[in-house]
Amino acid sequence: MVKKFGKSLGKLKGFSIQFLPYSEIRDLNSDERIKKILGIVLGNNILFLQGKLKPEEETRLIGDTMALIGHLKNFRGIELAVISGNGEEAGFIEKVRKNLVNFLTKGDLGAITIVGPATIVKEIKRNPKKIELFLS
Amino acid sequence: MAMKGFKNFFRNMFSKIFGGKSEIKLGFYGPPNAGKTSLANRICKDWTGEEMGSVSKIPHETRNVQFKEKVEIEYKGRKLTFKMIDTPGIATKIDYEEFLKYNMKKKDAKERAKKATQGVVESIKWLDDMDLVVVVLDSTENPYNQVNITIIGNLVARKIPVLILANKVDLRKSDVKKIESAFPEYEVIGISAREGTNLEEFYESIFKISKKL
Repeated sequence: MVKKFGKSLGKLKGFSIQFLPYSEIRDLNSDERIKKILGIVLGNNILFLQGKLKPEEETRLIGDTMALIGHLKNFRGIELAVISGNGEEAGFIEKVRKNLVNFLTKGDLGAITIVGPATIVKEIKRNPKKIELFLS
Repeated sequence: MAMKGFKNFFRNMFSKIFGGKSEIKLGFYGPPNAGKTSLANRICKDWTGEEMGSVSKIPHETRNVQFKEKVEIEYKGRKLTFKMIDTPGIATKIDYEEFLKYNMKKKDAKERAKKATQGVVESIKWLDDMDLVVVVLDSTENPYNQVNITIIGNLVARKIPVLILANKVDLRKSDVKKIESAFPEYEVIGISAREGTNLEEFYESIFKISKKL
């Protein structure tokens, strides 16, 4: 669900939503992955990435984002959210199947990572049942 | 100098033989304004008589990693020595215009934002050096925040023990259960750093986890 604070969408200067399949980053190293993600976000795109980054890549993304704030005009950071089934509801066989698929594909393909520039995405609100994007 | 060397040698030998660390590096992590410094201050004040850092309603008050070494805490007759490490709040965005709402001058706001971004980078760098981390969350805020999940995910990946504190239980909007349901695999303790509520339970957990280090 995409929402906007205020009544109209008139002030938005323009952005696009880009979907990146996991196959596009599977063979990249961490440096290249972060560079690719930030490149997309800095182009005023909201990125929907299939799968998720490793925990250390997530912190690296945050660290590199911080390093860019103040050096790029109008860049205030990113909004980030990872939606991933926690598997609580799944049975043992389903969990084993999921882990096997994740192992073979080298990633959690059931997850979606959303990254957007903070100047466009004001907030990503989530709770166990829904996720909402609030635009600036 | 030689005496100090001998002391360190025997302390290390003692630790190796009997297990446990001579000084446990205890990190305070979390998003901005969750009450990390308030908690660190309270603990330090209780056990050393001195505070660690300044607190403020304006986010990103702590912009450098702060330390307090040799903080000896006694709980039920047992003593442990901690190196307390209070870290700047981790965020994915920092907008200097947010600080202008607190009547800050534009120049000061920009400087604060610049230092805050450096603080986040510093916090992340320090993750590898912790023996035990207390993740301090504001129990009046939505816990389903990616920063919280990222911090905890990184600690798990680094095999660093985690204790989650749901701070600000003295406030009406506080909802500890929401934090418990967001992180069902972790121990969550509701506290108030400001009022000093439930710190006994916090110390009990810290001592229990420290035994395994």
